[in-house]
Amino acid sequence: MLKLEGINKIFNEGTPDEKVALNNINLHLKPGDFVTVIGSNGAGKSTMMNMISGVLKPDVGKVWIDGKDVTHLPEYKRSHYIGRVFQDPMAGTAPSMTIEENLAIAYARNANRSLRLGVNRQRRDFFRTSLEKLHLNLENRLNAKVGLLSGGERQALSLLMATFTQPAILLLDEHTAALDPSRAELITNLTKQLVEENHLTTLMVTHNMQQAIDLGNRLIMMDKGQIILEVDEVQKPNLTIPDLMAEFERIRGEKMNSDRALLG
Amino acid sequence: MFTAMFGAVEQGIIYAIMALGVYLTFRVLDFPDLTVDGSFVSGAATAATMIVLGYHPILATLAAIVVGFIAGCITGLLHTKGNINPLLAGIIMMIGLYSVNLRIMGFSSENATSLPNVPLLNSETIFTKIYSFWEHLGIDAFFNNILTSLGVKNLPQTWEILFVMIILTTAIKFIVDWFLKTEIGLAIRATGDNKRMIRSFSANTDTLIILGVGLSNGLVALAGALIAQYNKYSDATMGIGMITVGLASVIIGEAIFGTKSIMRTTFAVIVGAIVYRIVLAIALRVPFLDASDMKLITAIIVILALIVPQMIDKQKDKKRKAKRLQEKLAAAQLEKQGGDHLA
Repeated sequence: MLKLEGINKIFNEGTPDEKVALNNINLHLKPGDFVTVIGSNGAGKSTMMNMISGVLKPDVGKVWIDGKDVTHLPEYKRSHYIGRVFQDPMAGTAPSMTIEENLAIAYARNANRSLRLGVNRQRRDFFRTSLEKLHLNLENRLNAKVGLLSGGERQALSLLMATFTQPAILLLDEHTAALDPSRAELITNLTKQLVEENHLTTLMVTHNMQQAIDLGNRLIMMDKGQIILEVDEVQKPNLTIPDLMAEFERIRGEKMNSDRALLG
Repeated sequence: MFTAMFGAVEQGIIYAIMALGVYLTFRVLDFPDLTVDGSFVSGAATAATMIVLGYHPILATLAAIVVGFIAGCITGLLHTKGNINPLLAGIIMMIGLYSVNLRIMGFSSENATSLPNVPLLNSETIFTKIYSFWEHLGIDAFFNNILTSLGVKNLPQTWEILFVMIILTTAIKFIVDWFLKTEIGLAIRATGDNKRMIRSFSANTDTLIILGVGLSNGLVALAGALIAQYNKYSDATMGIGMITVGLASVIIGEAIFGTKSIMRTTFAVIVGAIVYRIVLAIALRVPFLDASDMKLITAIIVILALIVPQMIDKQKDKKRKAKRLQEKLAAAQLEKQGGDHLA
């Protein structure tokens, strides 16, 4: 479904600030795979996400989605296939527009936008039933401006908007990191529910090891621009945090340096 | 006095179309577009020149919209594909259009390649065309009789322009409202609100900005074309400060009616344009001011419209805070008393 082939990316090449962000990344997601990505700050997780979504272009390497080479497709064209939720709850929605208008924008993702009304009765019904799944009572606030919602509500809405058109790939970039623990748990559960319902092929970056272990059928660990560990669907169910830390020490010969990477 | 006010309302409703265009860029797209000063004249020049050349005024007006749209699209292109700051892109277009407008008006005469103005004194305009039908309706006499019985002297020549413009401007308002609710319209609004978000939903923000700025300038040029036909001339300098006028209308309207929904805001912008003209007409009746002070008055109105709402908000906020503090103190007092009782 998603294939990264020998991706390399260097920032500020040829200057004293040169940084190898991604070093020969190879990754293959089968349809329905849910891969969690962990790693400390600067490991290249977000850069990898930006490669897939088209925000950044690789120096070397290819990106395939659904059997198509999309390496040179601009971001807005790739978004036909990719649903995204960002870390910042403000980033995934338009604050001065209403809930139903935001949903209408997301709904129009797959087709070319036309001069049809964005919200009609049929779509409004669909939006309402979709919102009911969130159990946040948003279905009764279709005409509320999104800027008035709390961070958790906005993130739940972003998640729904990213998934309900069933994109080929779902990218979650630390989408619970900016929320308080109870809201984060709510969003984590929603993620699980929505991914399962829509059978989405998902890549989720997280700082939280427990979350990385609880969610998904595969796990990868990144460090210094490389994928240093891949846990497949057979090993993943038995994985624990001490396992992961021991594995990191064995591979890198040093202790994990960031507490944030451990407990998030 | 009545004639001055009547004229102010008439003009206000025409300028409201321009204000709607300014609203599309400044508010909806969050793109401060200064092309307006140039594209307004482009609209006026195109319409006036085509009318002088013998084209039907409606065709001339439609052509003006197209010219404005193209000018706006170029500004959008300069910004999106040329990476030029929006303000600068607008200023560049404004300057460039000045010469283009002289050239456009030059087409109206066989003896000149460029002209600073085109008079329409004896030409048919949209308003004279409709008047030939209007005068048989007897509406003018009806309203003027009412006014006479109310004791108003200087009666307006005709109510036709006012009526035609109310219908046209209202129609445009509804078209704008509808457009902003279509899939493309929603995407344009989201582009002004959160570019990153709308890109992640497969919309090309560059195209949307170009389209939005183009449509905005199409409306501005339409207003220019109508003002040229209303004043019966087009002049290269008639666009100076037009952007401030548009901005003043948007801000005044929003300050009076708020921005709860799109329909309400577009209505507010129209009323804002009329209020602005009325304020201007009143200001010009102050004995020591004359017509050459108009631009300064405009500038002052915009400054007031920008600052006064802020001061009102601050004042409201202060009052609210003071009230809350009082309530808290009172509650604390009550609790203390209650505690004493228990003790």
